[in-house]
Amino acid sequence: MEMRAVYAQCLAELMEKDRHVCVLDADLAKASGTRPLYEKFPNQMFDCGVAEQDMASIAAGLSSYGFKPWIESFTPFATRRICDQIAISICYAKRNVKIVGTDPGIAAELNGGTHMSMEDIGVLRSIPGIVIFEPADPVQLRAAMPVLNDYDGAVYVRLFRKELPAVFSEDYQFDLFRADVLKEGKDLSVFATGFQLKDALEAADILAADGIDAEVINIHTIKPIDRETVIASARKTGAVLTVENHNVIGGLHSAVLEALAREKIPACAVGVQDRFGEVGMLPYLRKAIGLTVENIVSTAKEAVSLK
Amino acid sequence: MDRNLKEISRDIRCDTLKCIGHLGVGHIGGCLSVVEVLTVLYFEAMNIDPADPKKCGRDRFICSKGHAGPAVYAALANRGYFDKSELLTLNQGGTNLPSHCDMNRTVGIDMTTGSLGQGFSCAVGVALGSKLEDDGATIYTLIGDGESQEGQIWEAAMFAAAKKLDNLIAFTDYNKLQIDNTVEKVNDIAPLAEKWAAFGWNVIDVEDGNDVEQVSAAVEHAKLGIGSGKPTMVILNTLKGCGVPWIVDLGPGNHNCNISEEQADAAIAELRKEA
Repeated sequence: MEMRAVYAQCLAELMEKDRHVCVLDADLAKASGTRPLYEKFPNQMFDCGVAEQDMASIAAGLSSYGFKPWIESFTPFATRRICDQIAISICYAKRNVKIVGTDPGIAAELNGGTHMSMEDIGVLRSIPGIVIFEPADPVQLRAAMPVLNDYDGAVYVRLFRKELPAVFSEDYQFDLFRADVLKEGKDLSVFATGFQLKDALEAADILAADGIDAEVINIHTIKPIDRETVIASARKTGAVLTVENHNVIGGLHSAVLEALAREKIPACAVGVQDRFGEVGMLPYLRKAIGLTVENIVSTAKEAVSLK
Repeated sequence: MDRNLKEISRDIRCDTLKCIGHLGVGHIGGCLSVVEVLTVLYFEAMNIDPADPKKCGRDRFICSKGHAGPAVYAALANRGYFDKSELLTLNQGGTNLPSHCDMNRTVGIDMTTGSLGQGFSCAVGVALGSKLEDDGATIYTLIGDGESQEGQIWEAAMFAAAKKLDNLIAFTDYNKLQIDNTVEKVNDIAPLAEKWAAFGWNVIDVEDGNDVEQVSAAVEHAKLGIGSGKPTMVILNTLKGCGVPWIVDLGPGNHNCNISEEQADAAIAELRKEA
């Protein structure tokens, strides 16, 4: 099942239960998978047209009237384009708005560099109070949606739109502010987010065959990061690797290193090495940008060698 | 005896001068130009209750030109939302009265504004919320003429007309000046009435936006637009710095300027004498 289908289904369930839950689009409802909801919820779905700034501030206004708006667009337009509206209309004003950016990083594929946001987490992470969440699979997304809706404040959801394999089992218990340890290990801590979690788990299997026992932890909430889990794991293993579909500046790598600033533990990064994106399909882009299982394995070995 | 609108606007103007003068610096010009519309809204037009500032279904005022905060605070204090003595805390560390409006700090403020253009979209969102709740509230908002250069204003203008938000009554403080020069010389917004009409709004042009009777009549007229299927823009032709000749004479320099307590007191004395 596509991630956007899970997302839209969850939104429909939330809107069914509460008429104050509403969704605002900037002409990308079709891409977000929410277009069919317009018929069923005509008083809860609003298309602002290609006007993301207006969409963000309208949502802030609706929130002050007791509504629980979700706004959505492609990742670059839901973040860097409306950074000030998110900072002032939503976060500074303490409004309850959920911001959904779809097609993060290389997932933008054929839309190419203009639509390929490598910096969205970095752009938003320095805004006080915002929560930043990136689901790794459909199970986690489904578990998270009602929790995000109930959270009274600004949340940025970094949503991969297309099909993703399940990583978590159906009995998964989601805690917005707790990282998930998927595999315990003693030689290296691998912190991964989004669709890169699956790659990290695959890499851990390969590393095991080479005698490296990696711990794999999913950081689904990059802000506020679960410092306790990050620090405890890094102290235990003595080496760190971060894996993300985002610039290594400002994203997960930065967040983990900030948590570990006093720990004197070597850390390496698999992520976008401070460059823009380009057009192409995922297999090409993974290689071009360096987001491959092979790169995770070799960088993990490098991190262990630094111990 | 109850004060009439003219007397109230004089009091709000004096209190605005008093609090900015106490601090020594502030957005004087654009505060003094909007005193009359604030008077009409808070003392005549709006369904509000200072004893119950969050009353359900109340009318709302969103000051999108958030730098007019001090004038709004003077209006709120005169209307009884808080004691006038609090006005002297304007912009002091820890105050509840920051230079730009903050809904989380100030009793009676319905939206946080200051990043130009955004408050107008927020007001549109509030108007949409009121329509969805069907609570009969009227949503008032005030934008600046310089602010009207922001693209977001026109995004919101389109949306409000497209969604038929006729419960939204907006004002433009058309004082023709901005920080760098006259609006005309910087990046002209004329013809303003034609622009709003073209965007699908009812438009009311007020010849003297600093004549409280003209503003009062215009707001009454604007209320007739509720039910028309169109939002309404009231263009207030105003004087930046209105009421204090030497501030008016500063021209664009009065957007944010120094004023000593003595200068403020002298201006207040002059206004009281005229009365």
